[in-house]
Amino acid sequence: MKPDTAHFRESAAAAIADPRLQSALAKLPGGLVAQRRAAVSALPEFEALRDEARAIRDATLANLATHLEAFEAKATAMGSRVHWATDADEARRTISEICSRANARLVIKGKSMVTEEIGLNAHLESSGLDIIESDLGEYIIQKRGESPSHIIAPAIHLTEADVDADFRAYHTHLDQNRELGTPERLVAEARAVLREKFLSADVGITGANFLISETGSSIIVTNEGNGDLTQILPRIHIVVATIDKVVPTLNEAMTLLRVLARSATGQDMTAYTTLATGPRRTDDLDGPTECHIVLVDNGRTEMLASDMREALRCIRCGACMNHCPVYNAIGGHAYGWVYPGPIGAVLTPALLGITETSHLPNASTFCGSCESVCPVKIPLVSLMRTWRERAHDQGPRTLTARILSKLWSAAATRPALYHLIACFAVAIGGALGRANGRFRALPLARGWLKHRDLPAPQGRTFQQLWKETERGVPR
Amino acid sequence: MPAPRAGLFVTCLVDLMRPSIGFAAARLIEAAGCTVVVPDRQTCCGQPAYNSGDRATAKSLALQTIRAFADCEYVVAPSGSCAAMLKVHYPCLVSGEPDLEAEADAFAAKVHELCTFLTDIRPIASVPGRYDGRVTYHDACSGLRELGIKSAPRRLLAAVEGLELTEMPESEACCGFGGLFAEKYADISNAIVTRKTDNAATAEASLLLAGDLGCLMNMAGKLTRTGHPLACRHIAEVLAGELTDPPIGHSAVSTP
Repeated sequence: MKPDTAHFRESAAAAIADPRLQSALAKLPGGLVAQRRAAVSALPEFEALRDEARAIRDATLANLATHLEAFEAKATAMGSRVHWATDADEARRTISEICSRANARLVIKGKSMVTEEIGLNAHLESSGLDIIESDLGEYIIQKRGESPSHIIAPAIHLTEADVDADFRAYHTHLDQNRELGTPERLVAEARAVLREKFLSADVGITGANFLISETGSSIIVTNEGNGDLTQILPRIHIVVATIDKVVPTLNEAMTLLRVLARSATGQDMTAYTTLATGPRRTDDLDGPTECHIVLVDNGRTEMLASDMREALRCIRCGACMNHCPVYNAIGGHAYGWVYPGPIGAVLTPALLGITETSHLPNASTFCGSCESVCPVKIPLVSLMRTWRERAHDQGPRTLTARILSKLWSAAATRPALYHLIACFAVAIGGALGRANGRFRALPLARGWLKHRDLPAPQGRTFQQLWKETERGVPR
Repeated sequence: MPAPRAGLFVTCLVDLMRPSIGFAAARLIEAAGCTVVVPDRQTCCGQPAYNSGDRATAKSLALQTIRAFADCEYVVAPSGSCAAMLKVHYPCLVSGEPDLEAEADAFAAKVHELCTFLTDIRPIASVPGRYDGRVTYHDACSGLRELGIKSAPRRLLAAVEGLELTEMPESEACCGFGGLFAEKYADISNAIVTRKTDNAATAEASLLLAGDLGCLMNMAGKLTRTGHPLACRHIAEVLAGELTDPPIGHSAVSTP
């Protein structure tokens, strides 16, 4: 998808003014957030597991090349073909070539964020293929021509009423007067429509939650079972994954799965945890005849060598966005690209450059909720601050901002000057604000005053008054 | 044994906007058996610069602050956010420079947020303030998540005669202040503070308390703009019984 991160402020304002979006977002605290809380409180060792998960990710990233080569060797031995893609373009071309060699016409997909990142659907469609998303949320937004607004709940910005209306509009072959309305009926309808697609698709494309070096397998976790059908029924299975998804052993992957589901949906385990290891063997009852694994770098090697390495620990649970006050206020689309929320505010500048994306790491209160729930303890606030430093080094956007920040630093680092200016400013502010105790309008602080009053200063500085009390002057 | 010297890091917001909080803090630190000193080389902790990506200014303010309090046994701040800056982030700002690191680490070890100072470091025998009424308390983010301040303010409030604490829903949720965030991303900040003050209002308290003036100015500004009667004060004012000044954003003239 084409990034639109530069208009973040405008998109956020529109999101806040959208009552339908707001009613969808209002379900987050009682939904995913409450579910995670319950799951975590039921597992006393959860905190220890977070440390373990973090250590597994760090150790793997420290020797990523070794683990990737081991994965390639094992996956190849199990009959898969491993392809390396340096960037989005190479990944798209590789996948499209596999499809055309197979004379494919219909491609069915499981949910995958990296395919959003590389803009796979649009590319395959432009080469004449039919693409259908099989994850219910992805299916809904694909029909609407939207992008996911959350990394694990792509249609979280929609309500049941929205989906009801969409299904009536798209499934025109069905009785227009049929009863829908409940989630169960909507799911059943999508299931029936998708079943035919699963059976007729030539290629199934999935992502991978993890790639296991010791077995050459990919692991996906789903709650709908759509991923299983996607990788088993079509004659060709393509796994698309970024290089940071590798985990050395199944044992280590199990630890990561334990924190992943709890952090994401509050489940002990997702309904389906499925391993795929190569194509169908002679005595297998089903499975694809060809299995391809496309390992995508697209900026990860550069991140690995930079001070953003810790962001590569991410296992894509979405907890950081569920707990983020900013995400809760504006939803995912306002962030303007594939990865929203705190992890997006760190990842997006790394993948697209800070110049166009500087709003994302700046639009945070640094409340730290994201860090406090991250299952692999990514220091999201520090990483966002590092991006702010990069953006600052490129110079503030406006002349006013530059002048104000210079003046402020000049005063704050010269205590005598600071106290002089402070006494003067506070005396004026105190005199002007005395009658009401607050300001409703001022030439400065227009953002603040748009929605709230600014309390007025009391009129003298503390340090001024303290010196007087030390000299015996009553306050 | 002479009383230990506790340096009051008053914070720039309290210095400029609401000195009564500084006096309340000084009174409480004295009640904890310390001699209060206020070094005049202190200005701002540097957090606005640090969080705007201006590391150089933040670092010079860190060194200025560290040296201003060189002769103090303790450094106490009536703000979880500024205390976290001094205690957690100053050492990060000088990392890689061994001499400065040692200086920043030694400084960090003597820095305390006011409430935890009064409960854990120099426990006070009794709380001087008295308040007849119901209050609710907002857990400000930095104090809560960087310094683990949760029980200290509640333990102190429980010791205030006449006071009843009612918890609001989501007391740990951010108020949307975030320093310059409230100005730069005003609409998002407004959405967050609206949710916060709506939650606070359900506690049906007469006072909304917190340990950080930044958050309090944000919440008070929202409450007065919407004409809500819930008033805001810093927890130190209630603990010290310094209630003569009108609540934040109210005036002596117009507030009953």
